[in-house]
Amino acid sequence: MSTLNATEFALLDNVAGLDWAEVPECTGPELVRRTAAELARGGRLCAWFGVPEPAGTRIVAVLAFDADNTLAVARSVPLNVGYPALTLEHAGAHLFERELWEQHAIRPEGHPWLKPVRRTDEAGTAPSMGEFFRVEGREVHEVAVGPVHAGIIEPGHFRFQCAGEEVLHLEIALGYQHRGIEEALTGGPHPLTASQMEVVAGDVSIAHATAHAMLVEALAGSEPPLRAQWLRAVALELERLANHTGDLGALANDVAFLPTSAACGKIRGDFLNLTALVCGNRFGRGLVRPGGCRHDLEPARIAQLGDRLKSAMAEAERASAWLWDAATVRARFEDVGTVHAAQAAELGLVGPAARACGLVRDVRYTHPAGWHRLAQMPVAVWPGGDVFARARVRWLEVQRSGEFLGEQLSAGPEGPVREKLPGLLPDRLAVALVEGWRGEVCHVALTDSAGRFRRYKIVDPSFHNWTGLALALRGQAISDFPVCNKSFNLSYCGFDL
Amino acid sequence: MSTLLDILLRLTLWILLAPLLPGIINQVKAWVAGRRGPPVLQLYYDLSRLWRKSVVMSTLASPGFVAGPAVAWVALVGAAILLPIGPFGGGLSFKGDVILLVYLLAVARFCTTWAAMETGSAFEGMGAAREVSYAVLTEAALITAILALSVESGSVALDRMLALSAGTGAVLLAAGLFAVLLAENCRVPFDDPNTHLELTMIHEVMVLDHSGPPLAVILHGAALKLLLFAVLLSEAVLPMGRMSPLAATAALVGAVGAVTIGVGLVESLLARFAFRRVPLLLTIAFLLCLFALLLAWKGGPA
Repeated sequence: MSTLNATEFALLDNVAGLDWAEVPECTGPELVRRTAAELARGGRLCAWFGVPEPAGTRIVAVLAFDADNTLAVARSVPLNVGYPALTLEHAGAHLFERELWEQHAIRPEGHPWLKPVRRTDEAGTAPSMGEFFRVEGREVHEVAVGPVHAGIIEPGHFRFQCAGEEVLHLEIALGYQHRGIEEALTGGPHPLTASQMEVVAGDVSIAHATAHAMLVEALAGSEPPLRAQWLRAVALELERLANHTGDLGALANDVAFLPTSAACGKIRGDFLNLTALVCGNRFGRGLVRPGGCRHDLEPARIAQLGDRLKSAMAEAERASAWLWDAATVRARFEDVGTVHAAQAAELGLVGPAARACGLVRDVRYTHPAGWHRLAQMPVAVWPGGDVFARARVRWLEVQRSGEFLGEQLSAGPEGPVREKLPGLLPDRLAVALVEGWRGEVCHVALTDSAGRFRRYKIVDPSFHNWTGLALALRGQAISDFPVCNKSFNLSYCGFDL
Repeated sequence: MSTLLDILLRLTLWILLAPLLPGIINQVKAWVAGRRGPPVLQLYYDLSRLWRKSVVMSTLASPGFVAGPAVAWVALVGAAILLPIGPFGGGLSFKGDVILLVYLLAVARFCTTWAAMETGSAFEGMGAAREVSYAVLTEAALITAILALSVESGSVALDRMLALSAGTGAVLLAAGLFAVLLAENCRVPFDDPNTHLELTMIHEVMVLDHSGPPLAVILHGAALKLLLFAVLLSEAVLPMGRMSPLAATAALVGAVGAVTIGVGLVESLLARFAFRRVPLLLTIAFLLCLFALLLAWKGGPA
């Protein structure tokens, strides 16, 4: 990877910007060839999107080289018709290319499964799903689940091809919550943009808001006060604690293991209340803004936060011990919904789903930005790739986030938490990656000559990981779908944008 | 006339008491989890609420959609009347009534699955397939248990079969019948009565399209079945015939209560099994009943 050709891709750090003119340009097929070559060498596709121009649409490729702690960007010349699909060589690009085709009518030639990602149909009521993959045969039956589900969850359609209880193929069709977030950002940042970023996926408010804030700060060529970076890191781990604990409880609930399920529901609330202690909102809304944070923590509240964190961690310890000690639970988690490390790497899975396959993928560690440059924590990895591994990685991360907060709460730097932000620089491109609790949150923005957003691209970790869920179900019992689904716990609205 | 009165009394007793059991189970679960839980009488409230609602009928469904639950309920009530209540004996006791009991349970199952298939839903078909697949094993275990009781007592009338304890094999029989009770009534670890996940359900998924009074009938029938199995298990194990009527009644009530609390505790402390492991557990239940039969046959008097 050290042989990375810097003339083919412009290298940059996480949360850094460069002039649009400095991004190397090539033809469409050449961009595919270069990207494919870098992916084959161990790069990871973070984003692949179009920038519309009068002459056509440029494709922008953003890659991450985890081992080199560096990102790489390249772009194509304006295209009008098509280009040879990257998906043929790297399956992980398949949703990106479908999205590009849907948004800009640039056809990836040879794409094996070219259909809309989230576009609404003519009546404007439901996404246009196209044809679903079908398995033929006398013993095969089809089960359609959703978009309306039994629990209080988001809408999505799951189409199973089954032979008896065994799932042969699962196709996931989303897009029911497409609300045009990216389109609304063109010409921004608007007064409401920071609030909107907090609800790209409502349970990942801090991570998305932080990615957006860092991106805007990078485009403005400034850096927020150190204390704001520290506070963001604290809030990010609180968000992780709440969601991972909730997930462990939900996993227990799915296999009808009541003790952990009941306890984790309560402990998740305790962690959410800690976020509320920081900023007045349980999901951290209104805390992170470009230029810093809107709230500060005084010593008294830090002490209170530390005490309450300690007792919540002790309770979480007990509740999770019940889960790991129950043989009946292990029997349901182990060897269920396995994704192999090779599959995970090929698909470009991120977050706990990737780490549960033994892949060391953690933006906090490989592409540290903000406070994480100064305070690191070990990456939680578990081999196996099954439901058990994903549950286990969550628990490891709960422990490490707890330790991190225990150390960092008293180590906050002095100073203000917010500074006035200068205007955005014109014609700049910037990339910001943040490790949300679900995985890598990627925001990319390009400004126009007036310093307004010309194109804003959001890649939620769910965009990478939904295909992983579909693969995990191959050959599994259909009755194990809920527990597999919960072990990924992906976002619908983060995908739908 | 007195027979008619007797049967009416029994009917009232069975129908009124049945919805109490799920309430007790939920209380136990709530207590273990440290929650307050729904009221013990919640199912009564639910039933009265459902009874006052109207029915949403699928345009695809035949009258069997409503007839299925109704016939199943009648079959379960019939089975309940056959079952002796401790010292008071059975409502209609005759030689071979135990066989009718088994068949009435089978009729109830057939009608529930029939109604489930009516709407043509993929979920309900899946649930129905699971229900009848596991029934193959639970029925085998139940019939073996009945054979054990029959050999022990030398009779094929429920009154005499359940009067004495199952002898040396009583422990085996109790364990086997408890597993059958859990499986037949869709409790953890075989099924999860609380889940909202259609893909993992057995019984719950079969009633997804039912609403209003038919759903009330289904829920009441399920409660009735639970009580029926709890009474059957208690009487099979306890030597009722040797106790004074008062002691026998108290023992029966105590045993049914203990079984109910046991179900609640199992549900609180175990995760449910993956479907592929269910046949294994049911086979064990069958083997337990089989060994009880062998003991009754070769073991001599207790």
